[in-house]
Amino acid sequence: MVVTLSTSSAIPSGSVDRFDQDWRKPLEGLLGLGSAAGADLVEVFLESTDHLGVLAEQERITSVSPAFGTGAGIRVFRGERDGFVSTNDLSEAGLRRALEQALGMLGLQVPSLGASGQGGFDGLATLRDFGASKADWLRACPSLSEATTRLLEGTDRLERHGAHLQARRGSYARDWQEVLVAASDGTFARDIRLHQSLGLTVLAADGEHRASAGRRYGSSGRPEHLAQWDVESSAQEVCSSAGTMLYSDYVEACQVPVVLANRFGGVIFHEACGHLLETTQVERGTTPFADQVGELIAHEAVTAIDEGLSDGAFGSLSMDDEGMEPQRTVLIENGVLRRFLSDRAGERRTGHTRTGSGRRQSHAFAAASRMRNTYIAAGPHSPEELIASVEKGLYCKAMGGGSVGPTGQFNFAVEEGYLIEDGQLTKPVKGATLIGEAKEVMPRISMCANDLELAAGFCGSVSGSIFVTVGQPHIKVDSITVGGR
Amino acid sequence: MDKLDAPALRNRIETFAQAQAIGRWDLGAASSNDSSVQVDRGEAKQMKAAQRSSITVRVWNGDGLVGITSTPDLSDSGLQKALAGAQEASAFGNPDDSPAFSPLATAPLQPLEQPLHEPRGILELLTSLKDAERQLLDRHPALTTVPYNGLAERSSERIYLNSDGACRQQQLTTASVYLYARAEQAGRKPRSAGAVRLAYGASDLDIAGCITEAADRTIAHLDYAPIHTGHYTCVFSPEAFLDLIGAFSSLFNARAVLDGVSLSSRSSLGQSLAVPFLSIADNGLHPGNIGASSFDGEGTPTRRLSLVEGGVLQNFLHSEATARAFGVAPTGHAGLGAKVSVGPDWFEIGATPGAAGAALGLDRHAASGQGAAPGGGLVLIDSLSALHAGVKASQGSFSLPFDGWLLQGGEARSIEAATVAGDIRSLLKAIVGFEGEAKVTPDGLCPHVWVEGLSITGEA
Repeated sequence: MVVTLSTSSAIPSGSVDRFDQDWRKPLEGLLGLGSAAGADLVEVFLESTDHLGVLAEQERITSVSPAFGTGAGIRVFRGERDGFVSTNDLSEAGLRRALEQALGMLGLQVPSLGASGQGGFDGLATLRDFGASKADWLRACPSLSEATTRLLEGTDRLERHGAHLQARRGSYARDWQEVLVAASDGTFARDIRLHQSLGLTVLAADGEHRASAGRRYGSSGRPEHLAQWDVESSAQEVCSSAGTMLYSDYVEACQVPVVLANRFGGVIFHEACGHLLETTQVERGTTPFADQVGELIAHEAVTAIDEGLSDGAFGSLSMDDEGMEPQRTVLIENGVLRRFLSDRAGERRTGHTRTGSGRRQSHAFAAASRMRNTYIAAGPHSPEELIASVEKGLYCKAMGGGSVGPTGQFNFAVEEGYLIEDGQLTKPVKGATLIGEAKEVMPRISMCANDLELAAGFCGSVSGSIFVTVGQPHIKVDSITVGGR
Repeated sequence: MDKLDAPALRNRIETFAQAQAIGRWDLGAASSNDSSVQVDRGEAKQMKAAQRSSITVRVWNGDGLVGITSTPDLSDSGLQKALAGAQEASAFGNPDDSPAFSPLATAPLQPLEQPLHEPRGILELLTSLKDAERQLLDRHPALTTVPYNGLAERSSERIYLNSDGACRQQQLTTASVYLYARAEQAGRKPRSAGAVRLAYGASDLDIAGCITEAADRTIAHLDYAPIHTGHYTCVFSPEAFLDLIGAFSSLFNARAVLDGVSLSSRSSLGQSLAVPFLSIADNGLHPGNIGASSFDGEGTPTRRLSLVEGGVLQNFLHSEATARAFGVAPTGHAGLGAKVSVGPDWFEIGATPGAAGAALGLDRHAASGQGAAPGGGLVLIDSLSALHAGVKASQGSFSLPFDGWLLQGGEARSIEAATVAGDIRSLLKAIVGFEGEAKVTPDGLCPHVWVEGLSITGEA
């Protein structure tokens, strides 16, 4: 196909209200210009967002924060190099300026207007519209009034179930996003995403004793999420945790077996191992697993999966931010490393084929290989068997946040912990931190229970903060360093 | 970058507000142009540029309640939609804690020495960073890669306007470079460390200093050993201590006090918080604060504020609303919101003038045979990590991984991996003294700080 080198096809009127077929011509114009300039691949990512944040504290709504926006990210590849430009200006001139800037980064120039060129661009494929069935999602979400009522119900239940509560908070966030992806390899895809999250947190205080607890619940593609929220059990869970930890002692530093609870316990695998299985880490040379596909890197009890398919899960997608449908990617199978998560750049630079894992926070970030719903698969044991197998150790019922250093060391706070003595849970302890390195700890995950559950979370990394799910069944780590006082 | 036109923006907002029967409003607007490069072993890894604009509009409804909306869309339709959204949100404003215009939103601003630089352009940035990477890798054969690196420049502009006539505007250019190197030796774990530099323009960046610091710090960690778990006297680097105080800045935050999530309360003012020779001030106007704002989100001028003097809590950081609740003037530390956030700018930490305790503490320590003396054990904490996860500001506790050295028998050896844990209130009372000249860092001004009896977890 010969493309006329002009972007004169008008940007559709009311363009930012809907991304659809009307964008085909102007986008083909832009992609044709980029290809004719010598780019190997040009990709345009258009985005429209509508956000609502609500905060309730005690008996009041204290913040309502709506936000909306539009923008574009244009990425140009030449060999293994790429240039990326983002802009809020979706006018014809604004997009062309962004393209020229991205080309300029690679030493390329847009040919003169009116010239002809092929550049290997054969036009966009038929639009794959994953958003067609989701047009009503935003309207079906709860109104502002309904959201505030529900949150106040949450803080009221916290008051009923908690003791010594100094602060009670409920938060709600609704993120609606419409995206259109077009690339010079013909990719042309549209989607609508809806993520909602709810959080309850409390701070309990009694004299010098203090404890905080919180839980977050998130979903994707479920407008009814807020209405179906089980506020009663959520409030009970949060208050129970804070009440238990309020008078608990600090744990002593030790090296012991640890049993990690299901759901958010999976954050450790996500942070300590999952990130090391992204091709961005291969590119940087910062993963110890780069050359170990096919090798045993974990205990044979461990099978780990990353997928974007679980219905309603926070990290699920109809397509990734590069227009590819997500896959179910087996990362580790019975301890053997099988696959890395890969995006366009990762495929070009490392040879690992794409897995539908190209993700970004917004148009302001270039996509990168990122996790979606990531979890350790269920095993054959009951949770009680895991605890009973430990003579002296630590049970981590609720995990806090953590981090992984550039050489693979991780560090995670335990929000709610209990000592295990002679196979039984005994007294609660606070202040515990789990410390280790993925390469050393993965072979020590010796038992997996049969109670896999997922939990919603946010993951911040090279392409911004994205919606993800972590998960696991109860697992036993034979030995790990526990930081304490 | 297209300049923000404050008078034109005011005219448009006034027209649209009038049409929507909105009599009282204010706004913060910003625009920026950013360029940045990353390299990988002599090749460009990624080059990025961004043009951004944003506006946050607040409106007050007939009941005096506030609503807010944010958008990057500065077109007429975008502004109209933002005003309408804020008007709708105002129905849910908090009658118990409604912000107002800052009484200082038209007060004179202190001038800042912030020279504006022309951008060097992304290809020049790329050349500089490639050169920096090569120089860094040439410093030692064990330095194999610089996995995290970047050179960036930015020009930006921000505006605050309100319907009472306030008009603030600030233009700024800044540049930054960071180099985080990784060193590997056969049979040993990889080690890494880095450095960062800020300036008002890319041509003013101390790239040579950044290379030297990143190389020296990384190489120094090659010879490492584990540390036994126990209690140690620790010396915090200026950067590490500033990070820790920043993570617990809710101690000084009036918003957190009113919300019940600070360790401080209204009655804490005038009470002892720390050893009697500690001073902490917030001073966003310090010349070392690259990229300082001359006014906060509500238009209040930035100023120096004493927080702790002689170990005693003196003042809280305030927005307009918290200041009104405490019966004081706003301090210039507000954001812009329906519920206005409050935060610090740039800390100055050191000995209270005239207080002798700091020097006495170090003398006592040296005489006791601890510290750097042979046979003693002293931990130098160079940098803290994972502050977002390891600090529980509302509880006072922290447990943080760190890079550092064990000083023992007159020698310093890098610590393989360890965490430091404690309680901020106990730590502030366990400061022994200060060592060396106060150092200017991106987060503030601080000397090395000695603290007794902190719990270190290494090898259990």
